[in-house]
Amino acid sequence: MKLLTGNDLPTGDVTWWTGQGWSRHVQEAVDVGDQGEAIAHAEEGARRVNAPYVIDATLTEEGPRPAHIKDRVRALGPTVRLDLTLKPADPAAGSWVI
Amino acid sequence: MYKYDQYDQAIVDARVAEFRDQVTRRLAGKITEDQFKPLRLMNGLYLQLHAYMLRVAVPYGTLDGRQMRMLGHIARKYDRGYGHFTTRQNIQYNWIKLSDAPDILADLATVEMHAIQTSGNCIRNISSDQYAGAAADEVADPRPWAELLRQWSSFHPEFSYLPRKFKIAVIAADEDRAAMRLHDIGIQLVERDGKLGGKIFVGGGMGRTPMVAPEIKDFIGAEDLLSYVEACLRVYNRYGRRDNIYKARIKILLHELGADEYRRQVEEEFVLVKALGIDPPQAEFDRIAAYFAPPAFEAGASDAIDRSDPDFAVWLDQNVKAHKQPGYAIVNISLKPAGGIPGDASAEQIDLMADLAERYSFDELRVTHAQNIVLPHVRKADLHMIWQALHEAGLAEANLDLITDIIACPGLDYCSLANARSIPVAQKIADRFADPVRQRDLGELKLKISGCINACGHHHAGHIGILGVDKKGTENYQLLLGGSGAEDASLGKITGPGFDEDGIVDAVERVTDRYVALREEGERFLDTYRRVGIDPFKEAIYG
Repeated sequence: MKLLTGNDLPTGDVTWWTGQGWSRHVQEAVDVGDQGEAIAHAEEGARRVNAPYVIDATLTEEGPRPAHIKDRVRALGPTVRLDLTLKPADPAAGSWVI
Repeated sequence: MYKYDQYDQAIVDARVAEFRDQVTRRLAGKITEDQFKPLRLMNGLYLQLHAYMLRVAVPYGTLDGRQMRMLGHIARKYDRGYGHFTTRQNIQYNWIKLSDAPDILADLATVEMHAIQTSGNCIRNISSDQYAGAAADEVADPRPWAELLRQWSSFHPEFSYLPRKFKIAVIAADEDRAAMRLHDIGIQLVERDGKLGGKIFVGGGMGRTPMVAPEIKDFIGAEDLLSYVEACLRVYNRYGRRDNIYKARIKILLHELGADEYRRQVEEEFVLVKALGIDPPQAEFDRIAAYFAPPAFEAGASDAIDRSDPDFAVWLDQNVKAHKQPGYAIVNISLKPAGGIPGDASAEQIDLMADLAERYSFDELRVTHAQNIVLPHVRKADLHMIWQALHEAGLAEANLDLITDIIACPGLDYCSLANARSIPVAQKIADRFADPVRQRDLGELKLKISGCINACGHHHAGHIGILGVDKKGTENYQLLLGGSGAEDASLGKITGPGFDEDGIVDAVERVTDRYVALREEGERFLDTYRRVGIDPFKEAIYG
C-alpha cells in the first residue's frame, strides 16, 4: 500500500493522510494508491501540510506499517525517548520501529 | 565575554523582525515552502523527522550564565524540556513550532544570541578551544581572534553564498582540543621571534570525503591574519565547485589544485586583499580583546584539595584539568551519564550549570565539541561544592575522554539525513563498559558515532569510530579504527564488513580486549593501534 505523509505547517508535527484530512496517527492512514501526488499537491497548496511525500507500507493487524525504518521512526517518535513518542505508556513501542 | 555594541544588537533585532514577517507570510500562504526554506535555514530552522529543529549559535562555545539560563528557558517554554549540545559547540532544539520560532529568536536576542549562519552555504559559527583563557599551554587567548572572525564573517556580503558551508576553528596551543585540522580553515596562533601570528591549515573536513587539512602558511603575522583568511576564502569562492554538492567543499578544491598551487593563488590574492585595509587597527582589536581580559582571580588562592571523598577524588582526577592560575582549575561537566543521550541536558540541568557558572566560574561556561560543558575558572576550594551540586543533578559522571564519553549525532531518532540510529548504539556501548574501573583501565579512548556519511558525530576522528549505514532497509554499522581529531590528527580506517546494533557493541569490546592484550606500558589505545596497525584488531573482530 501507499501512504501519504508530511508535516503540519505551523507545528511541524508528522501527519498522515486519512482520506478526509490529516492525522498524527499512522494507524489512521489510508492507502492513496496512485493518487498520492495529486492529493499532496492540493493539500500543500491549501497549506494543510508541509513537504508531503508518498511512501510504501504494509497493512498489518495493528494498521499500516511504513516500509522504511525512517518513516516508522517518524510515525512513533524517537526510540530513545519513548516518553516523547505517541505511545509513552508502551515500553515495547520501540520494537514496532525496529 | 564579548558584549554587543549598538550595531550588533540592531542587526540581530532587525533580523528577528525580518524573520517574523517571513514566518507570518509563510503561514498565510503568501510564500511557498520552496521560497521559505532558504529563509528559515538562514535562521537555523530545519525541518527534521518529528518537528522543526532550531540550531542556536554559541560563538566559539562561550556563553555566560544569563545566556545559559535563556537556553534552559527556551527548552522549557518552547521545546520539551531539554536541549542537545552539538559537535559544533552549539545547541539544538528538536521540537520547535514554526509559529514559535520568531518569539524564540526574540528571546535569544535579549541575551545577545541568535541562530544566524547556523545553516546555509556561509561561514558558520567559529569554533575554538574550550579551555581558552584558562589553559596553561596557550600562547594567547584565541577568543578575541574568534570574535574578530565572527564579526568579519557575519553577513559578509561576498561569502554569504559560498559553494558550500564553511567552518573555521581558532586555537592557540599545541594541544588541539578543537579538531582544528578537520575544519575548512584551521588557525593555530603561534609565537615567532616574540611576535604573534597564525599557522594556517586549509581543506580539512569530515563528511563523505574526509581530509586532514594541510598546512598552507607556516606563519602569518597577526596584523595580516584577517586579510590572509579572506584571501583563502576568495580563492575558494572563485574556484570551488558549484556544480556538484559532493565536491563543493574547499577540501576538494585543495585536493584538485594541490596545496602548492592553492597556496600560490592565495598568496597572489593576499597582496590584493591586504591593500583593502580590512585588518583592524590595533585600537579596534584591543577593544575586542578587552572583553576577554582575565577575570579577577583571587591572589594566593589555595591549591589544597580535600580528596577524602573517594567518589569526588575519582571525578577530580578524570574531569578536572589544570588551570594556568594557581589555586584554580578547569571543570568538565560530562553530558554522558550512564544510559543518557550524549549532549542532551534538561532545562533544570542547564539552569544549574548557569547557577554554578555565576557563583563559581566568573559567570563563564563553554560548550565543547565533544558535547560536554566546561566551567573554565573554578577555585580549587570550591570544587567539592560544585561536584556535590553536579552529583545531585546527575551531571557528575567521571568519564571525560574515556570510552563512555561518546560523541554521537542525533542519528535516525531525530535527523532526516540519517540512515541509522546513533544514540541507542552509544547507550549500549556505555552500558557494556559501565564499570568505571574498567573504563579508567582502558584510559583515553575517544569513541565517536555518526548515523550517516555526513559525519556530524565525527566518526572519522574517533580512536574508535562507528558509521551507521542503510543496508537494504536495515541499520548496519561500520567500524573504524585509528582516527584522531587532536594535534596528531588522523582519519580512521574501516575494519571490514559492518554489524547490526548488537554486533557492533561486541566488535568494540573485541577491539578493546585486543588492545588490553597488546598494550605496552603507558600506551593509549591510539598509541597501540599506531604501533601494531589494524591487522591484529581485524583478526580479533573477524577471526
